[in-house]
Amino acid sequence: MNKTQVVPELSSLERALINVLQHGLPVCEKPFEQVAEQVGSDEQTVISTLNQLLEQKVLTRFGPMYDAACLGGAFTLAALSVPDDKFEQVTEQVNSFEQIAHNYKRDHDYNMWFVIATESQQEIEQVVKAIEAKTGFSVLNVPKLEEFYVGLYLPV
Amino acid sequence: MSLSIEVAVSKGQSHHDFSCSLLSKAQQSQLRGLLEKGLPTTSQPYQHLAEQISNVNNPVNENMVIEQISLWQEQGLIRRFGLVVKHRKLGFNANAMVVWNIPDEQVDMVAKALSQCQEVSLCYRRPRRLPDWPYNLFCMIHGTEREVVLQQIDGITNGLSLSHIEKNVLFSTRAFKQQGARYGKQHNIVQRGSNE
Repeated sequence: MNKTQVVPELSSLERALINVLQHGLPVCEKPFEQVAEQVGSDEQTVISTLNQLLEQKVLTRFGPMYDAACLGGAFTLAALSVPDDKFEQVTEQVNSFEQIAHNYKRDHDYNMWFVIATESQQEIEQVVKAIEAKTGFSVLNVPKLEEFYVGLYLPV
Repeated sequence: MSLSIEVAVSKGQSHHDFSCSLLSKAQQSQLRGLLEKGLPTTSQPYQHLAEQISNVNNPVNENMVIEQISLWQEQGLIRRFGLVVKHRKLGFNANAMVVWNIPDEQVDMVAKALSQCQEVSLCYRRPRRLPDWPYNLFCMIHGTEREVVLQQIDGITNGLSLSHIEKNVLFSTRAFKQQGARYGKQHNIVQRGSNE
């Protein structure tokens, strides 16, 4: 969203939990007990605090991110250069494709950036062509060639 | 968007013989679907999942679920297992995609150096599309303030002696669609954070 969202006040326990859990969730019988030990709390407090954060939608969920390639999926990053007066219309057109995962406006001549996620490479090509046909703009298609591992960590 | 957190997956450190799964194909698919919705916040979440996929023909217990998830982590099917935070909700509103035009013979070295920078959250090599798009290396920097992020980019540029390299910084200004990509019949969420 373009407007600044109100950042919730986080307690020190909430901060500690978010930071610790970004490093991963233990896969063991009582994962939240293990996490509680790490943050100096107890299991029930950890669970209720996490439930609150989920309710407030500060956290989306816990769980796995599956690898697209392992599931036989394909995806790419793509962009369009859209004049301002057509931006809303083209946004709707692009987002109407169920294969569009994310769509961001960015301040550049290529001002619309989105991820196309499909079940096959072939379908990527089809979606790219379909978007071009629907919008009348040519798609900049820049699939990932190589990923350099980065441990994403956003300390709060 | 919701942001997946890259978690280092231990590879090749098997303590068990994972050569065959204990769950049926249907149960594996069920488990993936349940995990996608998020791990239950109960004392024994894996026990909870086991109960949900267990059946008379193929009873499933907690350990089997734990082993299955560990197996998927080792195989790389699960790339990340952890917390999914709304980075905007946490105040990370200044999200820059920095794109560089690095000479091909240096791109690997520069990418590795960029990946080591604390501020860089994702780093990908992508094809140039000449003449419109000369950039072959993308990295993301998430921050709370645009000014700070710009300073960080300056710091990285100078620190890695990349001042002479053509680059561009694209801040995101609006998010229109923030959903996990859905794949196949299992509708598994695959949020790769490819652009944010």
